[in-house]
Amino acid sequence: MIVFDKITKVYPDGTVALEGISLIVEPKEFVSIVGHSGAGKTTLVKMLLSEEKPTSGKVFYESLNINHLKKHEIHHFRRKIGTVFQDFKLLPNKTVYENISFAMEMSGRGEEEIAADVPHVLELVDLSNKAYNFPHELSGGEKQRVAIARAIVNQPDIIIADEPTGNLDPINTNDIIHILKKINDLGTTIILTTHNKGVIDSLGKRVITMEKGKIVRDDKLGRYVL
Amino acid sequence: MFWLTTKRVFKSGLQNFIRNGFVSLSSVLVMTVTLFIITSIILLGGFFNYSLDQVKNKVDVNVYFVTTAKESDILSVKKSLEVMPEVSSVEYISSDQALINFKNKHQDDNLTLQALDELGGNPLGATLNIKAKDPSQYAGIAKYLDDASSGALSQGGLNIIDKVNYAQNKIVIDRLTSIIKSVNVLGVWFAIIFILVSIVVTFNTIRLTIFMARDEISVMRLVGASSTYVKGPFIVSGISCGIISAIIILIAFALITFTINHYYGSYFVGFDMFKYYTTHFLRMFGILFGSGIILGSLASYLAVQKYLRN
Repeated sequence: MIVFDKITKVYPDGTVALEGISLIVEPKEFVSIVGHSGAGKTTLVKMLLSEEKPTSGKVFYESLNINHLKKHEIHHFRRKIGTVFQDFKLLPNKTVYENISFAMEMSGRGEEEIAADVPHVLELVDLSNKAYNFPHELSGGEKQRVAIARAIVNQPDIIIADEPTGNLDPINTNDIIHILKKINDLGTTIILTTHNKGVIDSLGKRVITMEKGKIVRDDKLGRYVL
Repeated sequence: MFWLTTKRVFKSGLQNFIRNGFVSLSSVLVMTVTLFIITSIILLGGFFNYSLDQVKNKVDVNVYFVTTAKESDILSVKKSLEVMPEVSSVEYISSDQALINFKNKHQDDNLTLQALDELGGNPLGATLNIKAKDPSQYAGIAKYLDDASSGALSQGGLNIIDKVNYAQNKIVIDRLTSIIKSVNVLGVWFAIIFILVSIVVTFNTIRLTIFMARDEISVMRLVGASSTYVKGPFIVSGISCGIISAIIILIAFALITFTINHYYGSYFVGFDMFKYYTTHFLRMFGILFGSGIILGSLASYLAVQKYLRN
C-alpha cells in the first residue's frame, strides 16, 4: 500500500507544486493520474521515487517512511519500483539486452538468472528479434517496450509510468497500455500519469484528476474529465 | 558478490570506453598530450643536468706549489683535500709532468722552448687540480687552502703553496653557480606550470565526457544502481584512457629519442637521449602509468561525484 499523507511541496522560488495531497493506492491497483501540464503529476511520482522530498507531509510504502531513507538506502528502495518515462531513459551505449540485464545486475542477480529472465521479458514485449540492437536503432514504440521490459524484469511491486505514451502514435500507445494492463493483471501496482483521454477512457480504472497541485477528483471507475 | 560486482563494473567500463569511440579517442589524445609534456620535461631535465655536469666538470681550482715543495708534502695536501666532503676529485701533476705537458703544448713554439732551455732546470712547480662536487663549494675549498697554507701545510715555516687560482676563476664560478641556480628554479617553475595546465585540460576533457553522460547517470540511479555501480565504469574508462595514453607515449618516445639521437645527436653535446630513455625506462614506465591512471581515475571520480550529489 502507498500512502501520501498531506503532502505539500513548495520550491525555493515560492512555486507551490503540491498542496495538501492525501492519497492511498492499494496493492495491485491501476491508478491513472491526469491533469494539465504543471498540475503536479510528475512531482507526485517523484516523491514516491524519493527524487524529491516534500516540504511537509509524509510518503509511506507499506510501513516505510520514504522521506526518512538515507542516501545509501534509496537505491535499494528504488529496486522495488519499475519506472517508465515519456523519454524512455534507456542507456544509449547498451544494447536492448544489456539495458534490461543492467537492471537485474543492479539487484545483484546472478548471470544464470539474467540469461534466463531477459529473453523471457523480451518475448513478453515482443522484442526478441531486437535484443542486440542499440536504442538509437529502435522506433519510439520499441524503445518504450524496452523501458517496460526493464521496469518489469525485477518483478517490482509497483510500476510508475510517467506519460509513457507521450511520444508515441496511437497504435504504439495502445500496445503500451495493453502491456501495462497485462502486467497489472499479473499483480503489479501501476501508477500511470497521462494526458491521453483515449487511454483513460478505454482503461476503465481509477482516475485521479489534479489541478494546480491539488486533487480535484478521485473516481473509482473514472473517465477523463478536465 | 564482490567479484561479480567488480567483474561487471570492469566489463561495463571497458564496453563504454570502446563504444564511446570518438569521445574516448579525444580523451586519450588530450591525456597523451599531458603525458607527452611530462615526459618531455623529464627528458629535458636529464639533458639539462647532463650539460650542467659537463660545464661543471670544465671548472676547477688549481693549486700551484713552489718548485721546492717536496712531493710527499704535496701528496699529503692531496690526501687532506680528498677527505673533504665537498671535493669530488683531486688530480696531482708533478713538476716533471708539468714540464712535459708544457713542452708538448709549445712544441711548435721554438722561442718559448729556447727560453725554457736558457732558464735551466725545471721552473715549473707541481699542481693539484681540484674539482668540487658543486661549483658553489669552490669558495670553501679555496678558503681551506688559504687558511692551511699559513698553517698545517707549511714546510718548516715556509709556505709550499705558490698560488691558488680561485680568485681568477671566481667570477666565472660565481656566474656559473647563479646560472645553474636560476636554470634549476626556472626549470622547476616551467615544469610545474606546464604540468598543471595540461592536468587541468585533461580534467576538463574527462569532465566534459562525463557531462555528456549525465542523463545516463540519472537513469542508472533511477534503475536502482548503487553509487559504486555508477562511478565504477566511469573510473574504469578513465583508467583505460590513462593506460592507453601511457603506452602510446612510451612507444612514441622510444621512437622520438632514437630518431633524435640518430639524426640530431650532435646538437645535444654528447647527451645520448635514447640511452637516457632506455636506462630510465622503468622510472618512465612508473611515472607515465602512475600519472595516467591517477589522472584518469581521479578526474572521472570527481566528475561523476558531482552528478551523484544531487
